[in-house]
Amino acid sequence: MSTIQDPNRALLIIGAGPAGLSAALAAANAGWQITVVDDNPVPGGQIWRGGPGAAPSVPAQRLRAALAACPDVRLVCGTRVVAAQGANALLLEDAHRAWIQTFDTLILSTGARELMLPFPGWTLPGVTGAGALQALIKGGLPVRGQRIVLAGSGPLLLAAAASARSAGAHVLCVAEQASATQIAAFAAGLWRWPGKAFQALGLLTAQYRSRTHVIAAQGAGRLESVQLRHGDRVKTLACDRLAVGFGLVPNAEPGRLLGCATAEDVDGKTVLAVDARQATSLPGVFAAGECTGAGGVELAMAEGRIAGLAATGQTVPQQALAERARWAAFARHLAQHFSLSPALKKLAQADTIFCRCEDVAYSDVAACSGWTEAKLATRCGMGACQGRVCGAAAQHLWGWQTPSPRPPLSPARVGTLSRLTESPSLTIAPAIDPPPL
Amino acid sequence: MKTEAAASPWVHCTADGRGVRVAAGTSVAAALAYCGDGVARHSVSGQPRAPLCGMGICQECRLRVDGQIRLACQTVCEDGMQIQTGMAAS
Repeated sequence: MSTIQDPNRALLIIGAGPAGLSAALAAANAGWQITVVDDNPVPGGQIWRGGPGAAPSVPAQRLRAALAACPDVRLVCGTRVVAAQGANALLLEDAHRAWIQTFDTLILSTGARELMLPFPGWTLPGVTGAGALQALIKGGLPVRGQRIVLAGSGPLLLAAAASARSAGAHVLCVAEQASATQIAAFAAGLWRWPGKAFQALGLLTAQYRSRTHVIAAQGAGRLESVQLRHGDRVKTLACDRLAVGFGLVPNAEPGRLLGCATAEDVDGKTVLAVDARQATSLPGVFAAGECTGAGGVELAMAEGRIAGLAATGQTVPQQALAERARWAAFARHLAQHFSLSPALKKLAQADTIFCRCEDVAYSDVAACSGWTEAKLATRCGMGACQGRVCGAAAQHLWGWQTPSPRPPLSPARVGTLSRLTESPSLTIAPAIDPPPL
Repeated sequence: MKTEAAASPWVHCTADGRGVRVAAGTSVAAALAYCGDGVARHSVSGQPRAPLCGMGICQECRLRVDGQIRLACQTVCEDGMQIQTGMAAS
């Protein structure tokens, strides 16, 4: 849909992480007006998140510098997608304003979140996600001198431990649920991606424990200790923080809201389905990065580049496809060797909070036959996060599928929602810039 | 693509009436740890809750910033900002 009012066609990119920024750069200087929107205050996504506690990343800086030289790329941070307005516009909201942003083509690069599995004490202040701890430290969270335990699965635990250590924390233990055999098989296959092998070696720590998982967080009003299980042994560690991460959940919700078809990832998670050009099932809508399946920064960048080229009608070179294939193989290698133990499905006790928004106990949810019944009978998934946390846990624990989200995608101001209209005229309006403050 | 924080290395804001000085670019979620127990809100059953996901998903860190409901993890401290924790779930 080209607008007559505007000589440039508009490409809208949702998410300014590695995929979104790579897409913007690939799409730049091709006669398109490119807008990149992100809900975080600064671009970079999770891995390149900036802040007073963040070490600058060389590829991120290079990409940001290249984009800064592109007059056709506009970056809008601190702004979230609230709803769709017809097929070619989204309702956006920042801290002060709301507006309808139109597009001719759209790239969804909405990333992934961490899978949080409920266990006793996981609601205590001091318990965070593993990537969350990293993000909070980058945002200036003081952890100097604090005793930190990390638990869950995958290389993100090691990366988060490294961030904590460089911020002055004492990392007491990195509890990896995978067995030593699984980890050895993962490491043995890394020769195909030498950069990753060196990265893994650099992150390895004497506190790394295989076949170990969290069973409980304890404390009065705040985390004071963590119980870990290694085989038949249970160990209690006094600590200030516990960071848990059981892998990633693709943020497929914005795409699902629009009506994009989904697929099942290698590990059974719902992802946005894309073809070889990163095109979704909807005309003019592309998706790249971890919302199409978690696979790390290199895969996200490769997919973003392809999406940026395809969304602006440019030829996708063979080399870009080969780069994506190389990192997609790495993603499969990772998923295969860090598959979650069935024991992790049994961590919650009857009275463990399952839905943190509505404080619904595990036993009440477990007694239901599916997600819809759980919502209706217990209010599970009906709170502010709209089931982003407990819905993903329910999918992992019981295989419950959550239906496509309904607007608003996240809590929004009433004034924002009042911008939504059924009038079709708005859907063909030119992009409206946010009014000045 | 100007995204860097203000030139001054520090910003001053208040959290529940107490003044706090943090490095420019510090998130409100991080600032909570400088001026209290890190708790952002209380749950529907009255439990204290602090930032969980750190990336704008879980909504556990919602609080009031200058009177408006915001996510602490996605809000950067600014000079004169008034942060109010402990809002009851709604």
